[in-house]
Amino acid sequence: MTAYLGDVAALARKDLRLELRARDTLPAMALFVVATLVVFHFALPGGASEDAAYGLLWVALVFTALLGLGRAWAPESEAGALDGLVLATSDRSAIWLGKALATLAFLVAAEVVALPAFALFFAPLDGPALLGVLLASVGICAVGSLVSAMAAAARGREVLLPLLFLPLAIPLVVGGVGSSISPEPGAYLAFLGLYDAVFAILSWAAFEYVVTE
Amino acid sequence: MSITRPSLSALAALAVALAAASVLLTFFIAPEDADQGLSQKIFYVHVPIALTAYACFGLGAWKALRLLLTRGERYDLESYTGIHQGTIFGALTLVTGSIWAKASWGVWWTWSSNQLVLFLVLFLFYCAYFMLRFSIEPGPQRERISAVYALFGVALIPVSFFAIRLASDFIHPTVFTREGPQMTGSMFAAFCASWAAITLLAYVMYRTELAGKRTDVNLRELREALAR
Amino acid sequence: MAETVVRAVGLEKRYGLRTVLRDVSFELEPAGALVVTGPNGAGKSTLLRLIGGLAAPSRGSLEVRTERRKVGFLGHEPLVYRELTALENLDLYGRLYRVLERRERIGMLLERFGLWEARHQRISSYSRGMTQRLALCRALLHEPDLVVLDEPHSSLDDEGLTLLDTELGSLAAAGKTLVVATHDPARVASLATARIDLGRA
Repeated sequence: MTAYLGDVAALARKDLRLELRARDTLPAMALFVVATLVVFHFALPGGASEDAAYGLLWVALVFTALLGLGRAWAPESEAGALDGLVLATSDRSAIWLGKALATLAFLVAAEVVALPAFALFFAPLDGPALLGVLLASVGICAVGSLVSAMAAAARGREVLLPLLFLPLAIPLVVGGVGSSISPEPGAYLAFLGLYDAVFAILSWAAFEYVVTE
Repeated sequence: MSITRPSLSALAALAVALAAASVLLTFFIAPEDADQGLSQKIFYVHVPIALTAYACFGLGAWKALRLLLTRGERYDLESYTGIHQGTIFGALTLVTGSIWAKASWGVWWTWSSNQLVLFLVLFLFYCAYFMLRFSIEPGPQRERISAVYALFGVALIPVSFFAIRLASDFIHPTVFTREGPQMTGSMFAAFCASWAAITLLAYVMYRTELAGKRTDVNLRELREALAR
Repeated sequence: MAETVVRAVGLEKRYGLRTVLRDVSFELEPAGALVVTGPNGAGKSTLLRLIGGLAAPSRGSLEVRTERRKVGFLGHEPLVYRELTALENLDLYGRLYRVLERRERIGMLLERFGLWEARHQRISSYSRGMTQRLALCRALLHEPDLVVLDEPHSSLDDEGLTLLDTELGSLAAAGKTLVVATHDPARVASLATARIDLGRA
């Protein structure tokens, strides 16, 4: 077990190190989400309800996540490193988990920029809303890392990834918006937890089949 | 094909017979609905089609699981055909649901019908299945990735269902009420006949499409063998 | 007689309708060396991927008695991260393979293949020859019992070629089992105990 977690940690560290060197994905995500929020200001008609703004926050988050997920497996594609990892790891699910954790770190970092910007431009965010963002982010990265690996094996992967990801993201948006605007966010947060549990386990178990023949 | 399996043409004939019976029952035996009148009859078609779509997706996922666990060659085509049939019936669900909405409430679409919204999400998901499948080179990787995606589909069905239920709280509740029909005996009979007919029809379509695809593959393999 | 390390019977590999390998059979003894030749597109790389465990045959049987993580694999691509340094790449693989005394082993390999001076440079700054040498280090890092090399001589300069030939000799002398696909069978002729040519239809 500790060896497995050690593998996961080494793999996640590798991704963080690569991003620290290249510094392309994270700044792009942060800039993208703020730009999107600004666009939304102009897209919302005057007098639109506050609830509508929360909805748009989630659109912004989902598409920012897509930006990051699109590049998630790029380092592995470059020089065939994915094959190397498949050969070297005793449990291939560690590859998925390391990648999902690293992607989560990037998404949370982008949210650290996005959420204050949102609160500044549109509406305040309370505890349940923030918890909803966190829970949904876990789900996004769990499912997204798997689906991104599928797309990486295909042609036209930049176009394919949103098609694969968005239907799966719809429940997350429901949970996230609900936790932001509902007077009783408990049900929505519980639902997000359920989604995370179901799809994290599914992704964890299925990853092996996606990357091996 | 083993001797005990009924032939496809026999099953098709049976499906036609059942369909005729269900039409009879629906229009002549089952009572007309007090609120909605004749348009309520769509229910006898719409709900079985929806149930059949779920069954097809389930079949596709089951075959996908078999593929992943046993690596049997046949399961890839079977899973794909199941998903394909499910998508067809899913599209039909949306169409019949839309017709029903128009007939009952005067709008072609409503977000308050949880079933309809669920099918929209699933339809998007399974359309992406085909995009995924045909973007990958044929081979074991394509089979496995398709299978994993099919399994994600059946996990998505209940999760989306809950999500949509939750969402209906803050999507404006509308004046459209969704009735769960309390069925009388004759209504139940009509419903069952219709359900049986549509399920059988789906099965016949599944077997036919599968046979067609297998023949396709065999033909191409023969061509390739001859070319050598 | 010792058990064979690799036994293939009627191997076939298809991708969709494209048959890449057809009816390949061979046996490889422990400490033996199998040399695989054939023109481009004949399926050498596919065969090596099957032996290395990256793919499964469509038909036929392939038994590889070495456990997966005692197999060393050098493919067409170096299987490294371009924006990491040589040291970081090998350190990652060393961890994943659970190499004992990782630092020492990495240092020894880098030195053996003349990469010690460049160990802190990113692979993106390496020449093709250096990248190939690093790929060899990666393939040998975990002291594999079965070493599968797909055209290992490609991209190497004279010095690299000498280093590689020395290494192959050492591996053979140490009783390791080798599978080498090459365009230049004369180079490995002295080591070969078995040959397969995929060129014939």
